[in-house]
Amino acid sequence: MTAISRSSWRDTLANALIITRREVRDSFRDWRIIAPIVVLTFLFPALAQFVAARFSAFLTGFGAEIIGDRTIPFLLMIVGFFPISISLVIALETFVGEKERRSLEPLLSTPLTNTELYIGKTLAAMIPPLVSSYGGMFVYLLSLLGGELEWRPAPMLVVQIILLTTVQALVMVTGAVVVSSQTTSTRAANLLASFVIIPMALVVQGESVIMFLAPDADSPYGIGALWAIMVGMIVAVVLFLRVGNTIFNREELLGRALDQINLKNFFGKVWRAFRSIDRDGTPAPNLWVWYTRGMAFTLGRMRSAIGVTIMVFLIAFIGGLAIGQLPEWRLPFDFTILGTINPSQATVFNEFLGSGFEAQAIGFIAAQNGRILLAALLLSVFSFGVMALVLTPAVYVILGYIASQVATTGTGLALISAAILPHGVIEIPMIVIATAAALRLGAVVTRPPDQMTVGQAWTFTFGETLKILIGLILPMLIFAAVLESVLTPRVVLWVLGGS
Amino acid sequence: MIEAEALRKEFDGFLAVDNLHLHVPAGSVLALLGPNGAGKTTTVRMLTSILAPTSGTARIAGYDVIRDPAMVRSKVGVLTEQHGLYERMKGLEYLDFFGEVYKIDKATRRKRALDLMDRFGLTFALDKRLGEYSKGMKQKLALVRALLHNPPVLLLDEPTSAMDPLSAKQVRDAIVELQRDERTFMITTHNLTEAQMLADQIAVIRHGRIIAHGTMAELARQFVGEPVMELKINGGLNGLAAQLSDRVTITDAGLNWLRYSTPDPEQTNPALLRHLTALGVEVVTLAPITRTLEDIYLQVVKEDEG
Repeated sequence: MTAISRSSWRDTLANALIITRREVRDSFRDWRIIAPIVVLTFLFPALAQFVAARFSAFLTGFGAEIIGDRTIPFLLMIVGFFPISISLVIALETFVGEKERRSLEPLLSTPLTNTELYIGKTLAAMIPPLVSSYGGMFVYLLSLLGGELEWRPAPMLVVQIILLTTVQALVMVTGAVVVSSQTTSTRAANLLASFVIIPMALVVQGESVIMFLAPDADSPYGIGALWAIMVGMIVAVVLFLRVGNTIFNREELLGRALDQINLKNFFGKVWRAFRSIDRDGTPAPNLWVWYTRGMAFTLGRMRSAIGVTIMVFLIAFIGGLAIGQLPEWRLPFDFTILGTINPSQATVFNEFLGSGFEAQAIGFIAAQNGRILLAALLLSVFSFGVMALVLTPAVYVILGYIASQVATTGTGLALISAAILPHGVIEIPMIVIATAAALRLGAVVTRPPDQMTVGQAWTFTFGETLKILIGLILPMLIFAAVLESVLTPRVVLWVLGGS
Repeated sequence: MIEAEALRKEFDGFLAVDNLHLHVPAGSVLALLGPNGAGKTTTVRMLTSILAPTSGTARIAGYDVIRDPAMVRSKVGVLTEQHGLYERMKGLEYLDFFGEVYKIDKATRRKRALDLMDRFGLTFALDKRLGEYSKGMKQKLALVRALLHNPPVLLLDEPTSAMDPLSAKQVRDAIVELQRDERTFMITTHNLTEAQMLADQIAVIRHGRIIAHGTMAELARQFVGEPVMELKINGGLNGLAAQLSDRVTITDAGLNWLRYSTPDPEQTNPALLRHLTALGVEVVTLAPITRTLEDIYLQVVKEDEG
């Protein structure tokens, strides 16, 4: 890092802290925030410690000490979590509340940058609840030391719970910013906040179960599953931060006047993007131009997404190959039997192919591929593109794994190639393009093109995604399904020497 | 100064401001008039680098609103339509916060805050929570906030709308005083009397377009015709109107009065008075018929609708 960028970051942080100080001071003047913080910092931990002691004593009477023991760190986590749930309220208040009260515009008229405002407000939403959370955990641990319980927490577990609490606060605050930016009223923001609260509630429930059932609960390195959850949440934070920093700009904040549904306008824009053949949105005059220029234009815009997808698919495939090479993962299967087919088997196979199997298979294969890609698309929208790169590449891990098993025996490679390549030459590129489209649609909100708001960018990308799906992916997947049902079995039979 | 060239702003297919040209030299006041939703607020937001223009350029105190947004914002004091104060803060504390944001050192910002509070009669409310301020006090404090960093350009949205007459006069006097100090103002208002009192230039914006722009005199001439004078004499006219018709254009007449229009009253009126004296006519009064900004504004809007 250069001296200039260091000083620029110092300035950014110094300016952000001006906002933070004001907001924190303001929060501490609001009894609706102060009252729960005091209760959750001082009263609730003591109560939790009392409950833990009673519960532990009760369970010991039934010989279930382990559950009693694990209740104690579990309650530490709960004591830490309850105060940070306030961060969501503060975040909604400081972002959309200020927008609603119109006190944001004077602030936006100052020389502060969007990033400074964003960091300042994010910190302001996090600091009071985190102070309360850390305070609550401290009080709980202190009362534990002074209380009747003999259990003492493993230092790493305490560290883990503190880190987990911090990351959860970050997820909620950064998520709340994204939610706030899409609304103009606190009421609407509170409703949309369920997109943050529900997943977070599920995560906390999962963590609770893990704390009770984890086999490594007493490990000096902490609970592995909790570390994994933390990593997942850090990814979510990074994505939320990215989206938040993109969305928290003057144009987005003041350009939106009403939370009004305008479907006609939305579909009009989607239709425009669907028909477009260039950056200006010029509509294709006919189907030929739409295919030749419109499709090429959109595929050109997708090149980075396609590149990333190919890379991830390759990594997935190589990963599958590598896993297959591990002795403990080898399949106890004799692949040499895949090498040939006897005449009677060939006859049965041929009869089967002629029995109307193809027609059924075409529909099934096309529907199956379509279903997976649709699921990837939908999940991608709600995960900023991440799920597109999780769901579909999983298939390539399996493919890599099977390929490695076949390759290990040195036989059946021709058969595997025959079973994949005839339709795969069409299907695989289509899956790559469809995954890239899903990735792009989910990720576009994290970085909208210049001169476009997040909403405009998403709408345009949605139109382009429909263009690719309807114009290219769907027909080609049906064609690949036809090949897979009609051609591939016959090539396989030929390779096996059955025809 | 404020300069805008072909400024345009489009929101999702809605054209808020179209082809806006402005040139407001240092030390002058532009009143931007127009009905609600005409594009005034969007214009102000573009000029403060809050919203990026879809096309066109603008410069504030020499800084480009697109390339130097931070510099533009540091050179502008903005009074927004909704004052949006932090109700739980105290007056002085609020100004201290904005002073810090504008990087004014602690001693200077305190002095400036106290001076400005005193100037606008708010000293008694220094330690009051803003939630306890009256509407007019809040507006004055918002104005103080806009002036705090001593900006060369001030963009004021309805600066006196919520104020009592005395407070409104304080603000107008402050504007005049600051104008003498070479500050540039753009005021958006529905108070046409105030605009007429303060503005060197007037622009009327409608449906995002400037439909009239000029000085009061220029706009009056363009939209309501030449200045009209009313002459009152002792006794009846007795054919006087006919006698004067070769010198001025008579627009109306009564028993002992007549009205005439003239493109150049400074030249015409003394000559006419000399002529009347020579004729032995006793002049009681000669005064211009007041054409208010309201007359002009209504005519501008009518013509635009027409």
